[in-house]
Amino acid sequence: MSKRHLYILTAVLAVLGLSLFLYKVRVLDMPLTPGQERDVWTVEARVTFEAKGEPVRLSLLLPRSNPRFTILNDAFISPGYGLSTSADFWNRQAIWTIRQARGLQTVYYRAEARRLVRPGPPRKEKPPEPPQSNLEGPELAAGRALLQEVQRKSADTESLVLELVKYLHLPQPDDNLKFLLKNRPDEADRVELAVEILALAGVPAYSVHGLRLRESRERLRIIHWLAVYDRDRWRPFDFATPRTGVPPDYLPWWRGPGSVARIRGGERLQTTFSASVDQEASIRLEREGRAYQPALIRFSLFSLPIHTQQVYRVLLMVPVGAFLLVILRNVIGLSTFGTFMPVLIALAFRETRLLHGIVLFSLLVGLGLLVRFYLEQLKLLLVPRLAAILIVVVLLMVFVSIVMNRLGIQQGLSIALFPMVIITMTIERMTIVWEERGPGEALKQGLGSLLAAAATYTLIHNRQIQHLFFVFPELLLLVLAATLLLGRYTGYRLFELYRFRALLKGGS
Amino acid sequence: MFTLAAQLRAMGVLGINARNADYTLAHNPRRLYPLVDDKFQTKQMALKAGIPVPELYGVVEREVQVRGMHGILEKPEGFVIKPAHGSGGDGVVVIAGLHRGRYRTITGNFYTPPELDHHVYNVLSGLYSLAGQPDQALIEYRVQFDPVFDEVSYKGVPDIRVVVFLGVPVMAMVRLPTRMSEGKANLHLGGLGAGIDLTTGTTLSAVCRNERVEEHPDTGACISGLTIPQWETILDMAAACCDLSGLGYLGVDIVLDKFRGPLLLELNARPGLGIQIANGQGLLTRLHLVEQHRPALTSREERIAFARGRFGVKAGAAG
Repeated sequence: MSKRHLYILTAVLAVLGLSLFLYKVRVLDMPLTPGQERDVWTVEARVTFEAKGEPVRLSLLLPRSNPRFTILNDAFISPGYGLSTSADFWNRQAIWTIRQARGLQTVYYRAEARRLVRPGPPRKEKPPEPPQSNLEGPELAAGRALLQEVQRKSADTESLVLELVKYLHLPQPDDNLKFLLKNRPDEADRVELAVEILALAGVPAYSVHGLRLRESRERLRIIHWLAVYDRDRWRPFDFATPRTGVPPDYLPWWRGPGSVARIRGGERLQTTFSASVDQEASIRLEREGRAYQPALIRFSLFSLPIHTQQVYRVLLMVPVGAFLLVILRNVIGLSTFGTFMPVLIALAFRETRLLHGIVLFSLLVGLGLLVRFYLEQLKLLLVPRLAAILIVVVLLMVFVSIVMNRLGIQQGLSIALFPMVIITMTIERMTIVWEERGPGEALKQGLGSLLAAAATYTLIHNRQIQHLFFVFPELLLLVLAATLLLGRYTGYRLFELYRFRALLKGGS
Repeated sequence: MFTLAAQLRAMGVLGINARNADYTLAHNPRRLYPLVDDKFQTKQMALKAGIPVPELYGVVEREVQVRGMHGILEKPEGFVIKPAHGSGGDGVVVIAGLHRGRYRTITGNFYTPPELDHHVYNVLSGLYSLAGQPDQALIEYRVQFDPVFDEVSYKGVPDIRVVVFLGVPVMAMVRLPTRMSEGKANLHLGGLGAGIDLTTGTTLSAVCRNERVEEHPDTGACISGLTIPQWETILDMAAACCDLSGLGYLGVDIVLDKFRGPLLLELNARPGLGIQIANGQGLLTRLHLVEQHRPALTSREERIAFARGRFGVKAGAAG
């Protein structure tokens, strides 16, 4: 009876999951593969500051539509604040105000940036006023000398700008440049200096600051480039690498000198940017003109903030990893330390990448084992002993990070993300197995754990699989159904075939 | 690979998944597990029912009692310290006697009193218990084993494992310690398992580390053909334990003492599958047979008669 119950349950789960999945694929046209043409992005600025209990006025510069991107659907998340927006030639600006606030404050700005498929050439525009340089006194003289140097090597405005950008990035700057930059080798300062020098030459220019739209879990860094008025048009020049024009994934956010956010009545102001491909909007784009938005889309994971979405991208892979472990343990018969330890290790490998992860993990466990064997002689009680190992593990992590950093190995730093409690328990269990069953068994289980972790890593870091489970979380119902079925799998494990083969030889 | 699986299935070999799903999960109610997982409870239950067990010298429950325990350890014939919730022989120390203030194990190692204390502390803190919860240490009589196995064991205590299903003994083996297993009889520690003909109580050939062997690796003596004394009593004890514990699928471990006869050592709710290799037989065929005939077998005598009739070597081919 219980078996039929199980079959009915799994069938219901599977049908439910599959039909939702098929409906989304066939009727709603949701993409089965991660999008190639990433045309619609969600960009987000997160501003945090410490309020001092006074009236607060926070201003944030906003991106605006331009020949390459259309900015749509501004959204401001700022509970309790008054909000106004304004725009001038340079920028759009949002101003948040509140009479009184205290403690850590967070406000969000989010918008949709839609890339135009065929951006036209820059518009013809009337020549602006001849620019005025702000350099004075000795700075003016240094600037003039610098300009002369660059002009000597150039023929027209375009080559002048390119030479200037190259000059500003010289690995050994000359005295003029050192003086002008005041020993602050900052990209933002360099780009403003370039604007000033171009003003000296009578070339109108302004700085542009923005993001490079890339799918990344890390926060995006601000990049800078130049817009220069040349032959009737404002033309962009890439700044980090001197060339005409900028790559199509540069999203301009604000122009001119100054920082993106300013605060009065608060301190420790921080602005972070993130971006992700907005698949929901890409889908909506397809459906534009149709009358209704199905609830399925409105209530999908895409309605969450970007950072939460990134978290779920990872979280949704944990069940997939757990399912793989069920197969590895119950169908293949691999023995591992702890039931889900390999999944946690595989998650930790995200930062280190597989090879480094395995090396670091083995190193940490190996060193931990040595210390554990030494502690064995002291005859400590269980809980203090575990705590001692935990402390040693953290110390070892610090040590490995510092040594690797000294050696210039970047990956050593990500060891900090290893789950130290899991490592502690692994070391303890491994010692017990080592003493009770011998080193062979301990190494066997250790290798089994690493193997399982590596397999889980490869599975849960597959972009295609990540995409499938993120866009179609209902697939987890299928995984659940399969897991329930495997819960009643009574066939042999693969390793058992090997174990019982002696029976076949001598038995009959 | 699939042919191998099909061959094993044809032999009726029970796999670990099938054992868990169809036998332990189906026939062993979770609430009865404490009875077999806690050796102290097992012992008391057995005593109440009149099943002989090794005499209990004392129980250490708390750290403060450890210092006082040495008073009861001065036994000329030695003693055994085991965790009440241990599994698979982990944490069991068998002391043969005192020698110049130090405890000598049966394999010839020595424990100073502080070392033995540390071992007991480890036991109490749950190092060997199944879920790592705090545990008790049992100190009990060291079995003076029956000379029948003298030729085929390397130190330590050989014991007899009987798998009982629904009150019917279905398969048995004798586990013999080797040098590799350090005096313990557990198969995964390198002990030797020899199948037993249920009809006659004589040993068949043996298995060591999943390989078939005919002679004991340390003594060189032939393992098969030994007749186990009091076989009828052993089967009866095993069947009685099944009734007592209420567990449908049970492993019963029994030792043969020179003076006291068969003694119940422990019960196991998840008996291992190596017994199949020791007997050269799959369990599944026998289990199915018991499932079929169980309703007709009312008394314990009938069940034992059924087992002896069906699960011997001669009947084995038919069953």
